[in-house]
Amino acid sequence: MIIILILIIFLVIAFIAIYNRLVVKRMRVKNGWAQIDVQLKRRYDLIPNLVETVKGYAKHEKEVFEKVAELRSRAMGAKSPKEAADANNMLTSTLKTLFAVAENYPQLKANENFLKLQEELTATENKISFARQFYNDVVMDYNATIHKFPQTIIASMFNFKPREFFEAPEEERKTVPKVKF
Amino acid sequence: MRDTLYDLIGANKRKTFIFIIITSLFLGAIGYVVVRYLNWGITGYVFFAIFIIIYNIILYYNSDKLAIKATGSVPADPDEFRMLHNIVEEVAIAAGTPKPKVYITPSPAPNAFATGRNPGNASIAVTTGLLEIMNRQELQGIVAHEMAHIRNYDILLMTVVSAIGGLIILLRDFFLHSMFFGGRRRSRKTGGQLGLILLLVGIVLAIVAPIFVAMIRAAISRQREYLADASGAYITRYPEGLAQALAKLRDQHTRLKRASQSNAHLFIANPFGKDRADAVGLFATHPPLNNRIDRLTSLVI
Repeated sequence: MIIILILIIFLVIAFIAIYNRLVVKRMRVKNGWAQIDVQLKRRYDLIPNLVETVKGYAKHEKEVFEKVAELRSRAMGAKSPKEAADANNMLTSTLKTLFAVAENYPQLKANENFLKLQEELTATENKISFARQFYNDVVMDYNATIHKFPQTIIASMFNFKPREFFEAPEEERKTVPKVKF
Repeated sequence: MRDTLYDLIGANKRKTFIFIIITSLFLGAIGYVVVRYLNWGITGYVFFAIFIIIYNIILYYNSDKLAIKATGSVPADPDEFRMLHNIVEEVAIAAGTPKPKVYITPSPAPNAFATGRNPGNASIAVTTGLLEIMNRQELQGIVAHEMAHIRNYDILLMTVVSAIGGLIILLRDFFLHSMFFGGRRRSRKTGGQLGLILLLVGIVLAIVAPIFVAMIRAAISRQREYLADASGAYITRYPEGLAQALAKLRDQHTRLKRASQSNAHLFIANPFGKDRADAVGLFATHPPLNNRIDRLTSLVI
């Protein structure tokens, strides 16, 4: 009798512990996504300023400006992490082109406002990639946990679903050095 | 991979705990000897226990302010030091911690340190000399190293280590003082053999304690530096940034004026600027910079 009682108590405690772990991990994923979102919005806000500044010196580079504007609005309208990731990766490479174009205009490169915007965008790009890295790490951890036994039983009971990764751009995945312990 | 790092953080917290236990026992032994020797009785023990606890709590809650004050650091202006603020924010995002407060230490010696009792109450300070010689990526590597100290709870560990170390030395002085000025009268009361044994134990502790403390502190500090390098590289996934920064630190030898032995372990490189490239000693708070660079470069595939 006592043994059964102890067993039940043990199971209840284990159940609560696992459930709480899962909730914490799911919160981390949500929090990670919110971080990315904040940085993406910051980038959307910076882009029009940048385009205006560059336009003042390089009127003829219409194509790049149009492409940046188009990708920006597409990224802003994205609904799932995958859509947002795709649009933003294209936006990243177009912004690189824009900065490459700016290299040809010495006066623009000396413009203080441009330099400030460049630092802000560099920082935002870094924040996006770090936020993505953090998000992907917590998603991997969360996805692995909900597939482990016995967590998987509780996960399926309470509808813990696997989450999508925020994919890095193709060329970055090849060049970024990875650390192994 | 992430699990490994979390495991390391867990191990660090456990080590802190074990260290506190061991040194508390050590302190208790000294306290016992002193109290027995002075014949203070039970009130003596209670006094000691309360003293130790209060001392530690005060140190713990003021660790960040103390280090900031001692080095003469000032808050970094968000406009003037825009890039530094950006870098700290980036690294905080990568580490998944809140953004620490940012300070500037007015000194031509390139160095940086982190302080604070937990990631929510942390500060990072860099010297003006560091900002002058480092580029964006190197600065990011250094900030990531400091962030790793914060996230690994190294500041808590080192604060506890330093606090207990300071306390042991304080007790030693107290003991020596009372031995020379009030010892004779009391030893008669304690009586012959026991008094003599206590006296001998006290003298041995008095000599050994500071050496023991300095060695333990240095050994823990060196291990923390290696770990912070590795987890800093893990935070940015770019070990070259930190490796280049360390190489630059190796090639200069300016001393930081307002550093002292008691806060040396907080800095990214030994603030005393001597023998930093290759020397390793029992009392060194930092591993040789060349070893650190080698370990970092071997992290890359």
